[in-house]
Amino acid sequence: MPDFLTAEFWQEYGTLLGQATIETLVMVASSTVIAYAVGILLAVVLKLTESGGLKPQPVLNAVLGWVVNMGRSLPFIILLIILIPFTRMIAGTIVGIRGAIVPLAVCAIPFVARMVESSFSEVRPGCIEAAQAFGASTMQIVFRVFLPESLPSLIRGAAITCITLVGYAAMAGAVGAGGLGDVAIRYGYYRYQGGVMFASIVVLIIVVQLIQSLFDLVARRIDKR
Amino acid sequence: MIELKSLSKTYSSKNGSSYEALKDIDLRVDDGDIYGIIGVSGAGKSTLVRCMNLLERPTAGQVLIDGEDITHYQGRHLFELRSRIGMIFQDFNLFTQRTVLKNVLFPLEIRHDGHSSALSRARELLELVGLSDMEDRYPSQLSGGQQQRVSIARALANRPSYLLCDELTSALDSLTTASILALLAEINRTLGVTIVIITHAMSVVQAVCNKVAVIDGSRIVEAGRVTEVFSSPQARITLQLLGLEPVTAAAPAAAGATGTINAHDPSDTKREVASDA
Ligand SMILES: Nc1ncnc2c1ncn2[C@@H]1O[C@H](COP(=O)(O)OP(=O)(O)OP(=O)(O)O)[C@@H](O)[C@H]1O
Ligand SMILES: [Mg+2]
Repeated sequence: MPDFLTAEFWQEYGTLLGQATIETLVMVASSTVIAYAVGILLAVVLKLTESGGLKPQPVLNAVLGWVVNMGRSLPFIILLIILIPFTRMIAGTIVGIRGAIVPLAVCAIPFVARMVESSFSEVRPGCIEAAQAFGASTMQIVFRVFLPESLPSLIRGAAITCITLVGYAAMAGAVGAGGLGDVAIRYGYYRYQGGVMFASIVVLIIVVQLIQSLFDLVARRIDKR
Repeated sequence: MIELKSLSKTYSSKNGSSYEALKDIDLRVDDGDIYGIIGVSGAGKSTLVRCMNLLERPTAGQVLIDGEDITHYQGRHLFELRSRIGMIFQDFNLFTQRTVLKNVLFPLEIRHDGHSSALSRARELLELVGLSDMEDRYPSQLSGGQQQRVSIARALANRPSYLLCDELTSALDSLTTASILALLAEINRTLGVTIVIITHAMSVVQAVCNKVAVIDGSRIVEAGRVTEVFSSPQARITLQLLGLEPVTAAAPAAAGATGTINAHDPSDTKREVASDA
């Protein structure tokens, strides 16, 4: 029997793993919230300014689209390093979960922007036209049509974002951010304690499954289509 | 009264090509009319009706509502104007994540109407369209005919003087169509709402319209009182639409219609007709 299935193992490492799980969840949750705050804004601008959109601005749309794509093409591990001065300025530190939240959020922003934009694109143009025909202003269309009509899709997208960030948070763990990735590397890699590494992987799998099921459940509950 | 004066609309695409969807349209819809605009697919019907509430900007000419030139309305003026004109669509365009009641409330929310009066207004309209017992359902739980009734209630929420209907029965069977048209006639009679109906079906015009304009190849080729147009149709397309002339495989439309006709005063019994008809 692998040692991480024994009671002794959990007596010894349970607190460590529990603590690490909480750290991972905190990192993922806070960076997701920040990424959505900025990402939704970018998505709204992208959607409104596209050709055929409510406020077509080809130049702005192209520039913003280009910046977003650039952000998406930067590997996270490189972003982590490039952002060190910025992270220090914002979070006051570059280590621990505080230090990890900034690069995680920055990395997720362009991802979220594209994801939200594609959720917005699922809203039937006819619905937007109907809102226009009733005299809705652009902002009213954003808040009363785009956001509520695409909410189930936004929630499904948020599950993907969170899960991607769980993976990135583990990567950040490799450079001292804390969380389950940190535990897996420190114990499994540096101290050759395979059991701890396996246990943290099992916990990561459970976390990912739970996120997916929870968001799916919510999305299904609220979707009236 | 809705007036279109020398209205043209040209769609131009990025590659430099352009298409004239409306050419020199003159049309007058009087208060109390149920005005049918009929034509084959691609004739320009939707473009025409969408110019009436400026969902589409005309490239030339004017749109007048109650004598007021609205062609260049922007922002707040435009939103306020649109809220006075109801619109109904072929595929209903209901908000899928809102209940029936919340769909009807939408135009009122947009106008920031007081909640309690809005609620009673919305319920009153659902009563009118016969869906009082379905206010908590979602559009996906309704039949096409029921959805169209909801969209009629929604279009009436702001007590508009005008109702624009783009192919409102094209997705419905003939019996449901008949009941929806009867509802429109009732709305016209009891609420005094002026109605414009876009359609490709003569039967729709015959059922409820008092006036009709026939549009073909981006132009109005014939217009007037339904009784007159139907008793002595002049344009070839009208004859075809009435089934009085065969349609060739090549072109269902009298594609060569060249003459412009003015349809500005249908009450004037003399009708002008495209020169090649
Ligand atoms: N946004 C657009 N850009 C370019 N061309 C357009 C655009 N919208 C419509 N058209 C063209 O204008 C013409 C008239 O279109 P419109 O939608 O008004 O036709 P319609 O009479 O309503 O047809 P249908 O019965 O099929 O709805 C068509 O040839 C169409 O291809
Ligand atoms: Mg059409």
